[in-house]
Amino acid sequence: MANVKNSELIVRKIKNGTVIDHITAGNAINVLRILGIKGSENITIAVVMNVKSKKLGKKDIVKIENRELTPEEVNIIALIAPHATINIIKDYKVVAKHKVKVPERVIGLIKCSNPNCITRQTREPVTSVFKVVSREPLILKCEYCGRYITSNEIVEQLSRW
Amino acid sequence: MKDKNIKYMIEKIMMFKGRDVISILDFSRDELSTLFEEALKFEKYKGRTFDYLKGKILALAFFEPSTRTRLSFEAAMKRLGGEVVHLGEVKITSIAKGESLADTITMLNAYADAIVIRHRIEGAAKFAAEIADVPVINGGDGSQHHPTQAMIDLYTIWRELGTIDGLNIGVIGDLKYGRAACSFIYGVTLYNIKRLYLISPPLLKVRAEVRDYLKSKGIPFIETSNLEEVISELDVLYVTRIQKERFPDPSEYEKVKGSYRVTATLLSKSKENTIVLHPLPRVDEIPYEVDKLSKAKYFKQAAYGIPVRMALLNLILGD
Repeated sequence: MANVKNSELIVRKIKNGTVIDHITAGNAINVLRILGIKGSENITIAVVMNVKSKKLGKKDIVKIENRELTPEEVNIIALIAPHATINIIKDYKVVAKHKVKVPERVIGLIKCSNPNCITRQTREPVTSVFKVVSREPLILKCEYCGRYITSNEIVEQLSRW
Repeated sequence: MKDKNIKYMIEKIMMFKGRDVISILDFSRDELSTLFEEALKFEKYKGRTFDYLKGKILALAFFEPSTRTRLSFEAAMKRLGGEVVHLGEVKITSIAKGESLADTITMLNAYADAIVIRHRIEGAAKFAAEIADVPVINGGDGSQHHPTQAMIDLYTIWRELGTIDGLNIGVIGDLKYGRAACSFIYGVTLYNIKRLYLISPPLLKVRAEVRDYLKSKGIPFIETSNLEEVISELDVLYVTRIQKERFPDPSEYEKVKGSYRVTATLLSKSKENTIVLHPLPRVDEIPYEVDKLSKAKYFKQAAYGIPVRMALLNLILGD
């Protein structure tokens, strides 16, 4: 217990599952929306918001029992919480830890907000490609139509509730 | 020394060979200079037909109405001794039966040596270029790109004023949805212009992406809705129409239609050598009275479409 940080003491440790740490403050709910976790599932979920962080000043943390994230979910979390770290917990221990990374180009994860863009035409065999214009705040630019998309629009688009 | 120059010229010309033309920003200022020098040669032989592209076929895939772009590409190809195949009117093709753009382009890729595409969907030309092995030339897609129009616009300034550097350039009209205006704005960023004046009704200002691009390139620009205030500063006034067909909301169009007119009285306040350009077609933004002024260069600009497109096709498809 010697290395346990104060922020982690607010809620108890989980036995198995995922801890998403260093979420940009205020975005924990957005992470849950993107993961489709409403709270009505029969799993333990802890949401800690606006706790002190050396690195970020303030941060959010989400703990989800008995759930591992898919690589796609991790990539999407990177877009709304670019400093997040994902800890995989097994038997109360961190067995894997990785930091999310916003790639130079975001391919196929999100759709362009411009309905007139070629990537929005359902019958065409084309995948969306965005170039990162700014990391904080996140702004992506569609490589086909040139339109910007912001992290708020991404959250709205990917929220499952 | 002479051999070195010839080698340099060949290298410059070879940079165009087999190339796609999607955005004006795909080209450097040097490449545009090469294109303009080639266009000037064709301009001097106006009315002559060559055999440079004999045996080559250009497919014209116009999914949207066009007069100048379609006809001038066709005329340019024929002047170079090449042939043209048309997609024809969309309603009589397989597209009306639901064929995808991808399938149509795959088919044209097999039929022709190059494809010119015009489409209302943004990014259609880039997508077509990814599918086709033959060069794809964007004849205008969505509301951002019309690169060959921008080439003609820049060529017109170069021919009429001798330079593009150091000029005050005004663009008036639909800067939000107008593809010609947007391409022209991107095009002038390749030069050291003095200042860019973006003149539009507030609803039709340039999009954030374009504004950011101008800032990133360090282009001095101002945005205004009042042409009269800035007319005396301008060396070039590029006029565009408000594009009714691109408005997602017709009530927005009603708010801005007829909101500016470039009249002879207004132009009397401009410098003696100011030139007025317009990619055409016009609606009511330039009254006919302006046509007879020496400042009016828009029909000359339309005529330059032939030598510029001949030069481009020859550089891309020539042996």
